[in-house]
Amino acid sequence: MSSSPTRLFTFAAPSRFYGLAGALTPWFWVAAIALSAAGLYIGFFVAPTDATQGEAYRIIFIHVPAAWVSMVLYMAMAFWAGIGWAFKARLASMVARAIAPTGAMFTFVALWSGAFWGKPTWGTWWVWDARLTSYLILLFLYLGYIALVEAIDDTRRADNAGALVALVGAINVPIIYFSVKWWNTLHQGATISATAAPKMASTMLTAMLLMTLACWAYAFAVVLTRTRAIILERERHTDWVATLARGGSKQ
Amino acid sequence: MNWNSAAEFFAMGGYGLYVWGSYAVAAACMLIEPVLVVRRRRSALQAAANPS
Repeated sequence: MSSSPTRLFTFAAPSRFYGLAGALTPWFWVAAIALSAAGLYIGFFVAPTDATQGEAYRIIFIHVPAAWVSMVLYMAMAFWAGIGWAFKARLASMVARAIAPTGAMFTFVALWSGAFWGKPTWGTWWVWDARLTSYLILLFLYLGYIALVEAIDDTRRADNAGALVALVGAINVPIIYFSVKWWNTLHQGATISATAAPKMASTMLTAMLLMTLACWAYAFAVVLTRTRAIILERERHTDWVATLARGGSKQ
Repeated sequence: MNWNSAAEFFAMGGYGLYVWGSYAVAAACMLIEPVLVVRRRRSALQAAANPS
């Protein structure tokens, strides 16, 4: 066993993944801090004032990255929950659970910053249009997933029930994305798309992309740390965790 | 450089409440969540060290 070559599935063993995640996490923290410092600097000191929205548009540098990350995190959560369900892959289910609170946090941040952007530009904190409503449902899906898996004591049953909810709810993500095309919404259409040149100044775009990468680095750091916590909680009766815990200050 | 003074920077062209209101809540969330998650791992490690 010990002489077998290292393969990708090696890290599907919670004990191996625990060590790998622990080694990677500090780098993600460093990246998150450095990227957000650069992104905020360019966003506030280099990017010019918007011709129509004045300085209010600077909310974009947190609003759009948080919204992007929250939606991709949902797909990742549904994917890993589904893998855990279909293949009885314990680690995949743990990762899905670890993603949920961070996804919910980014969804909340995007909703909050959206309200604080809507008030000065639209004249209202909130409207029940297609984009905002479908995005609010994303928050409820995250919270529903968390509430469901925490409510069921049997770990495997909780993971499986959560996977069902996560996978059914995944239909909401494309609905959010296309809502601005399918319906008339107060929310503007996509500024960035794969098929057209971006409709914004390049420094604005740079700041937004840096902030997006910062949010990703943050998400990886937090999700990996939470996955490690969940591994310890679930594997606390195993020898390797006992050895690790008795080791004291060791990672 | 977009700003001539710190006061101008904090005023955000009259949108200070909205801009800083957005960033303050985002910063608060992104500072609290790491603290909670680090604590969770630490207490899981302690629980494993002292099985009841």
